[in-house]
Amino acid sequence: MFFRPTLYRHDEFWQGLRDLAPQAPGVAAWGLMTGVAMVKSGMSVAEAVAMTMLVFAGSSQLAAIPLLVAGAPAWVILATGFCVNLRFVVFSLHLRPYLMHLPRWQRMCHGYFTADISYVLFTRRFHQPGASPDERTKQEAYLAGNYFLNWSSWILASLLGVGLANLIPPEWGLGFAGILCLLGIQCSLASSRMRILSAAVAGVAAVVAYHLPLKLNIVVAIAVAVILCLTVEKIRPASREAA
Amino acid sequence: MNGTDVWTLTVIAGLAVVTVLARSFFFISSRPWQLPDWAQRGLQYAPIAALSAVVIPEIITVQGELVSTWQDARLYAAAMGVVAYFWRRDVLITILAGMAVYLPLRLGLGW
Repeated sequence: MFFRPTLYRHDEFWQGLRDLAPQAPGVAAWGLMTGVAMVKSGMSVAEAVAMTMLVFAGSSQLAAIPLLVAGAPAWVILATGFCVNLRFVVFSLHLRPYLMHLPRWQRMCHGYFTADISYVLFTRRFHQPGASPDERTKQEAYLAGNYFLNWSSWILASLLGVGLANLIPPEWGLGFAGILCLLGIQCSLASSRMRILSAAVAGVAAVVAYHLPLKLNIVVAIAVAVILCLTVEKIRPASREAA
Repeated sequence: MNGTDVWTLTVIAGLAVVTVLARSFFFISSRPWQLPDWAQRGLQYAPIAALSAVVIPEIITVQGELVSTWQDARLYAAAMGVVAYFWRRDVLITILAGMAVYLPLRLGLGW
């Protein structure tokens, strides 16, 4: 938590901030795009501001927009958001030993603010969890400084995007920038043949099942893709290593 | 101006809870624990499946009907975006390159 003096007075807080600085323009540009895309896809300014301030997860925000606009039921939107966020579940397993000495609310607070870039930079700098209280505080301060800059760049740029969105004519179709963003993240996750198979199956299934009510095509597509990939792993164990 | 409704705000609050749960999933409980093996394996495949399920229909369909014309800016913008991603491995470049194809086709040719 960047508001705790023990953390922000620590040298490592500023080191974390400096390490994130080269990434900040990219984060801000993406935030700006997300802000514009939210409003251009049909959300109100109040909704877009609430989403920016509360959700703080670009990919799940962008994935939720078409579903919100289509009037999908809440559980479908939340389940989709959770699936898009599952990479963070993997990160949390990795971060666990670094944070377990803290009270639960502080752990969850750190977790909330630690998005992709902070996770990568933090685990790159600290290969092992701290062994002494001093080391642990140092790591905690680094993490807090790092995600403070990430969070503030994201929030400010998103709010700016929300503000600017109404100046841009709707015919430009800027909501599509959000889809391109998700497409880029999708490419970044395509790190193995099995994952590409998962994406291909889910894409086809989502189109084929499109006319299911309640946007259930999304849920069906995820389930079909995951079950199929796990089945392929069972039949051909070699594919498991390749994943 | 788009309207605001309570239902949407509630879903947004729910998505915030989803962010907290996903990002602190394994350190919410103080006891060490593990997911069953199938669920751990599923974590490999679910995120990309979820993105693909949202993204692909937005690129190749109009309200769920496959596009019937090649004069659709989204197809070329998405193709350009994928090429740009694998060229630079950067999500921001993907967006910029895709929009650089999308906007001229849409505004210039009306695709």
